[in-house]
Amino acid sequence: MSTTPQENTPGATPAFVAEIAGIIVSALNLEMSPSEIDPDDSLFGEGLGLDSIDILEVALVISKQYGIQLRADDEDNTHIFRSLRSLADYVAASRAA
Amino acid sequence: MRQASCPLTDLPAPDSIIAWQPAGPVTRNQFLADVHQLAERLPDGRHVLNICHNRYHFLVGLAAAIVRGKISLLPSSLTPNTVARLRHDTPDVFCLHDASLEDIDLPGVPFPAGHAPAEDILAVPEIPAEQIVAHVFTSGSTGAALIHRKTWGGLVINALSESERLGARGCALVGTVPPQHMYGFESTVLICLHGGAACWSGRPFYPADIGAALDAVPAPRALVTTPFHLRTLLEAGLALPPVDFLLSATAPLSEDLAARAEAACSAPLLEIYGCTETGQLASRRSTQTRAWQLLGEVTLCATESGHAARGGHVEGTVAISDVIELVDERHFLLHGRNADQVNIAGKRTSLGYLNQQLLEVPGVSDGVFFMPDAEPDDHATRLCACVVAPGHTRQSLLAALRSRIDTAFLPRPLVFVERLPRNAASKLPRADLLALLPGAAAPASARERHWQVPAAHPAFPGHFPGRPILPGVVLIDQAIQLADGLLPAGSTIRGLGNTKFFEPVGPGTPLVFDYAPASARARALAFEVRAGDRIIASGSLTLGQPT
Repeated sequence: MSTTPQENTPGATPAFVAEIAGIIVSALNLEMSPSEIDPDDSLFGEGLGLDSIDILEVALVISKQYGIQLRADDEDNTHIFRSLRSLADYVAASRAA
Repeated sequence: MRQASCPLTDLPAPDSIIAWQPAGPVTRNQFLADVHQLAERLPDGRHVLNICHNRYHFLVGLAAAIVRGKISLLPSSLTPNTVARLRHDTPDVFCLHDASLEDIDLPGVPFPAGHAPAEDILAVPEIPAEQIVAHVFTSGSTGAALIHRKTWGGLVINALSESERLGARGCALVGTVPPQHMYGFESTVLICLHGGAACWSGRPFYPADIGAALDAVPAPRALVTTPFHLRTLLEAGLALPPVDFLLSATAPLSEDLAARAEAACSAPLLEIYGCTETGQLASRRSTQTRAWQLLGEVTLCATESGHAARGGHVEGTVAISDVIELVDERHFLLHGRNADQVNIAGKRTSLGYLNQQLLEVPGVSDGVFFMPDAEPDDHATRLCACVVAPGHTRQSLLAALRSRIDTAFLPRPLVFVERLPRNAASKLPRADLLALLPGAAAPASARERHWQVPAAHPAFPGHFPGRPILPGVVLIDQAIQLADGLLPAGSTIRGLGNTKFFEPVGPGTPLVFDYAPASARARALAFEVRAGDRIIASGSLTLGQPT
C-alpha cells in the first residue's frame, strides 16, 4: 500500500517523534506535556484515549505543517494513529517520498 | 393514506444503479441477488445488529433482514454495556459484520465475500408497510434506554420526502457518517432503497479520502456529512470535484462555514433537522434562510409543553424537545436544542444517560456531566465531568467509563473534587461547575477588572472644553491593558473587533471591564464596560498567535 511506510524506511528520529508529540498536544489542547506521551503506547483506548474526532484534528494540522495528505489504506482509518511512533514514522516516510 | 405494502426498492429497472463500489456500479438486480444470498444465510434469531463498515454491505444486510422479517437494531454506541443490554432485551440477537466482531460478545455472522451470481432477472419483494424493520434507541432524560420502532411504510415515506426535497434521485452520495446512526441511515441508505440515490460503498475519513471518493463516482454527486467533517475538509484546502449539493446535519452549522462550503464547492449546502424519535422533519439552505421548511406531509403543532410533530412518516404524534417557533404552517425557527441532548460529531446521547452511567461506576459517590460553552469555528465541543470518587484514579475511572459510554463522550477534562457545588436546592448551577474547570472558566468575578476614570485625565481639557468626555480610544486602551492575564494561553491581542459606545463617561466614574470566558481556540475575547448597571461600551479584542 502506498500509504504504509516501506519496511526499509528508517523510522522517525527521536527529535521528530517529539515534534509530532508537540503537535498532538497543541492540536487537542491536552493538559499534558509532549514528553509524557510514550511513543509506543496506544493513542486510543487505555492509552491516550483519542478518538476519530481527535484524529481528524491532528491530521489537519499535520497536513498543513508538512504538506502531506493522510489517507486511510483500508477500512481501518485509525491504523496510522495506533501509536505516536507509527504516526511519526508515517509522516517522516510520506515527507521523504 | 398509506399503502398496505411497499416494494423493497422503488428503483425502476433491473439495471438501475443502487450503489457504487471501487469496481464500479451495483445494479438493482445484483443487489437483489446479494440480498437473497445473505437472507438465506441469516440464522433464525429475529434481531440483527448490523455493524458492517462498508455501506453497501450494511444496505444488503438491512434488506436481507427485512426480507426475512427480522428487525435491525441501531443502538447509538457499541460499548460492552450496550451490547449486554441488547442481549438481555433481545436474547436471539446476532451480529452481522464485514471485518471482525471486534469485542462484541454476540454470535457473529460474517458478510459473504464477493457478489452473488446474478444471471436471472429478480423480482423486487413486497414488504408489508406495517412490518417493523428497525429499532433505534435514544436515552431519555432519566437515562433509561427508549426503543423507537420504525415501520417499513414510515421509513419509505421518510426517504421519499427527503429525496424529493434534496433532488437526490439519480445522485451518487458519498457519506462520511456511519450508516448505523439515524442521519446516515436515512440520508445514505434508505434514500437508495426509496428515493433513487446510489451510495458510495466506502466511508471516507481523511479529507483526501473524501476527495478520492467523490472522484470515484459520476456526477451528479453529493456529500453527506456533518459540520465537523465539513470544516476539516475545507481547511485541508483540497481541490474537490464539482458536487451538486452538500448535506449537513447533527449540529448547527455556523453561517461562516456554510458560506465557505458553498463557495468552495459551488453547490448549495442543505441542512437537515430531525431527531431519532421522528426521523428527519425539515431542511433549509442555511446561507439563504434561518427558517426550516417541513418535509413532505409532516406538520408541527403547539402543545402545552412545546411542539409536536405528526403526519407524513411520523408515527402518531411525537413531542419535540427542542425550542421551536412556528413561522407559518410549513416553516419554523429553531431557538435551541434540548439542553439534555448531547450530539458530538454525529453521536447522540443525553446528559441523563451519561450521569446515570457515571453514578453506576463502583466507587463514584457523586458526579455530573456537563457541556461547556461551544467551541468556536465548528470545532467539536467535548463534555466535562466533575466527580467525587476518592478510591479512583483518573485512569481507573476512565477505564470504567469506557466500557459504558462511547469514547466521544468521555469527559475532557475529568475533574476530581471533594464535593460537588450543589446549592441549597441540591441543584448544580452551571456557572459553579464551569468554575471547577482548569484554566478557561474562571468565576465571573475573576473575569472583571475595575478602573476608575482619573478626574485629571490629560484627555479631558481638550475632549471637550467645558464638557469632559472620555475618548473611546482611551476606553479601548484600558480594555487591552486590563485583559492581561485573561487571554487564552499562547494568544496575543492582534486587533479590535466590532466595538460600540453607548454612553459618554465623565471624570471619576468607576468602571467595570467584564471579559467573557475564552477557550483555548477562541479567536476573540469579548468585553463589556459598565458603570453601575449602565452599559458604556462593548466590543471584542481579536486574538492570534504571537509572531
